[in-house]
Amino acid sequence: MTPVQIDFGKSERVVGIDLGTTNSLVAYLDAAGHPAVIPGADGDKLVPSVVTLTRKGDIVVGNKARAALIDEPDRTVYSIKRLMGRGVADVQEELKLFPFRIAEGSESVIRVQLGESTFTPPEVSAFILKQLKKNAETFLGEPVSKAVITVPAYFNDAQRQATKDAGRIAGLEVLRLVNEPTAAALAYGLDKRREGIIAVYDLGGGTFDISILKLHEGIFEVLATNGDTHLGGDDIDNRLIQIALEDIHSEWGKDISHYGDAVQTLRRAVIEAKERLSFAPATNIELNYKGKHYQREIARELFEKLIADIVDRTLGPCRACIKDAGVAVEQIDEVVLVGGSTRIPMVRNAVETLFRAKPHTDLNPDEVVALGAAVQAGILSGSIENQLLLDVTPLSLGIETMGGVVSKLIHRNSTIPASATETFTTAVDGQRNVLIHVLQGEREMVKDNRSLARFDLKDIDPLPAGMARIEVRFLIDANGILNVTARDARTGKEQSVEIKPSYGLTDEQVEAMISESIDRAEEDFAARQAAEARVEADRILAAVDKAKQNDAYLELSEDERREITRALNELLVVYHGDDHLLIRSKIEQLNNATMKLAENMINTAVTGALKGTKI
Amino acid sequence: MGVLPSNYYDFFGIEHRLDLDLRDLERRFYALSRQYHPDRFTLKSAEEQQTALDATAILNDGYRTLRDPLARAEYLLKENGFDIGEQGSKNVPPELLEEVFELNMALEELRAGDESARAGLEEARAKFIAMRDGIDAELKAKFAEYDGSRDRKVLAEVRGILNRRRYVWNLVNEVEKELAGAAA
Ligand SMILES: Nc1ncnc2c1ncn2[C@@H]1O[C@H](COP(=O)(O)OP(=O)(O)OP(=O)(O)O)[C@@H](O)[C@H]1O
Ligand SMILES: [Mg+2]
Repeated sequence: MTPVQIDFGKSERVVGIDLGTTNSLVAYLDAAGHPAVIPGADGDKLVPSVVTLTRKGDIVVGNKARAALIDEPDRTVYSIKRLMGRGVADVQEELKLFPFRIAEGSESVIRVQLGESTFTPPEVSAFILKQLKKNAETFLGEPVSKAVITVPAYFNDAQRQATKDAGRIAGLEVLRLVNEPTAAALAYGLDKRREGIIAVYDLGGGTFDISILKLHEGIFEVLATNGDTHLGGDDIDNRLIQIALEDIHSEWGKDISHYGDAVQTLRRAVIEAKERLSFAPATNIELNYKGKHYQREIARELFEKLIADIVDRTLGPCRACIKDAGVAVEQIDEVVLVGGSTRIPMVRNAVETLFRAKPHTDLNPDEVVALGAAVQAGILSGSIENQLLLDVTPLSLGIETMGGVVSKLIHRNSTIPASATETFTTAVDGQRNVLIHVLQGEREMVKDNRSLARFDLKDIDPLPAGMARIEVRFLIDANGILNVTARDARTGKEQSVEIKPSYGLTDEQVEAMISESIDRAEEDFAARQAAEARVEADRILAAVDKAKQNDAYLELSEDERREITRALNELLVVYHGDDHLLIRSKIEQLNNATMKLAENMINTAVTGALKGTKI
Repeated sequence: MGVLPSNYYDFFGIEHRLDLDLRDLERRFYALSRQYHPDRFTLKSAEEQQTALDATAILNDGYRTLRDPLARAEYLLKENGFDIGEQGSKNVPPELLEEVFELNMALEELRAGDESARAGLEEARAKFIAMRDGIDAELKAKFAEYDGSRDRKVLAEVRGILNRRRYVWNLVNEVEKELAGAAA
């Protein structure tokens, strides 16, 4: 009955999280050092990335929220990952296809409306992360505060930053962002202990990534990566929904595309049909809505015609990736398939044709990224020593120069951390500021690339034009996130730099969200701990109650019985408080007080048993 | 970790040569990565983390530079006080004057919609690619000559060849872009 002692001080457990467009998972390294996915309270390993705000004001995530997509479409959001690190102008196309309700006044930061409240994409993602954190804490029986989170390899700086912000808001220290295909390679490589060159093709719900890696003596060196952060199963679903909506319009004479519940019911039906089609030659899409019925058969052949261009759109990045990796197709030993959408036979065939190799499908495509994240967590916490991941930056980094032209400083597919140093000067006598516009992308003109941020070099010593020498260091860290520092090359003094991110939250905004949510998280966690301690208390209280009826109780000395009564009362006094440690210490006290009683009971039982069996 | 050299050759612990054994370079890169990569320091102090980050940035930048013969040559030239600005490769190398003149004519014709210029451009591209291969062979020989002699005069020659190569390479890119653009 002794409660398990938990050491709250030195827990260094790091979990691995796959924060997916459709599904999210959390994994850890078990005692034997094998990565394993942690199931939620409902037993499911996949937590649907769906968030709903109930009418009572509670946030609900996962399978339960998925049901709310149909019942409460205005209070529920899915595929939030598509909005991470993006501005309102970027998502106009997206809004035609997804029922995101963007709040009025969203500018550089989008706010999504759920019922009467609004949330930024990092906050919504943080709800998902909190759910995963909670699942892990319940499963492991200890607090979890450190994590490795995966991101699509092709995510840009703003999208990565937004993911990191989500982690912080959820009360997680994000030790590393790892690229999803790289994580998959890590899980795969650890499992197979192979050497050579592999390609990882990851087609999930919302994003597509392709990475080519070299595996050598435990080093996983990414040679090149490419992808599309807005290409996945969602796009296939939207295509099928569109067709069904048109059918329904002509059959029922009614356009139901503006009824949230109808569209979500249809969406569910379409996804199920799509998934069945991976294993059956034909299936039905069916919808029952307000007494009306729609049904349509769809054969795999037609399905493949409908999605051919989507599958095709993955091939360009694959070819570019092979070229950038500097390898011939024949040198690629194996292709690893990741992501639910790679279950589609047409996708498999396309991959097989392009890479001229049979794709490797032993590992569960839904879980392999999370497993790899757990492996990376093991590497970071020192429990896995021989493996090391060398990743690259997916996009070139440059600065704006005269005439709106981009001057590249760090090229795509450079191994990270990577850095470049540039010296800047002033154009006018006495100039105090220099503004540097940093961009990401492969195009030559500023307008065709992604604006990342403007860096304002401030308080420059006033000097004649062209005399100042400000050395600026651009450093992409191991998370693929840019850090900028500057110093005055004449004086060697640190130069102050003010960052104005083009998209996403400022540090102050994140801080505010963190303190808001940490308060709640700490309360949540404390409350849960106390609840667990109370369960423990109930158990011992019931046991003691029962023992008091036993003859053995009467055999105790008066002192011993008084001691038990005292411990019992003390436990009852603290029982309803929220200090779980206090409850546990009183449990322990009662446990000690009843030790003798428990012994006596066993003896009585044994004697009784002996008596009974005596011949 | 102590103070780490910021010179790429020194960081890798190899001689300042133009010709390098790439397999050896790769072995050193992997070994140094194991030693300094930030992944090895995530749970250490902020100071150690920063040192690891800086060291690995030098390591990666260095590997990128040293494993590429052209970038490596430019690095070594700079280290030896040679100016290798873009300007050098903007001036037409005298021996190419005539070809470049003809090429520009053909490019202009194609831009003006004259498809007959295409064949000439394809030919020019093949010629420049062959020229580049020749230059690469020339460079390789000079690399060996410098490593053997450590003669600054050889470095000056290397710089000349590098400028010529960059010039030719820019031409090839220009032609390819133009051909692809006209085809689309
Ligand atoms: N049998 C199947 N046939 C076709 N598609 C499937 C099948 N099973 C799952 N999918 C699709 O796979 C997608 C989900 O895959 P996955 O869980 O790998 O994505 P994710 O990790 O959430 O997204 P991402 O990696 O893009 O952020 C959904 O679009 C789902 O419909
Ligand atoms: Mg995924």
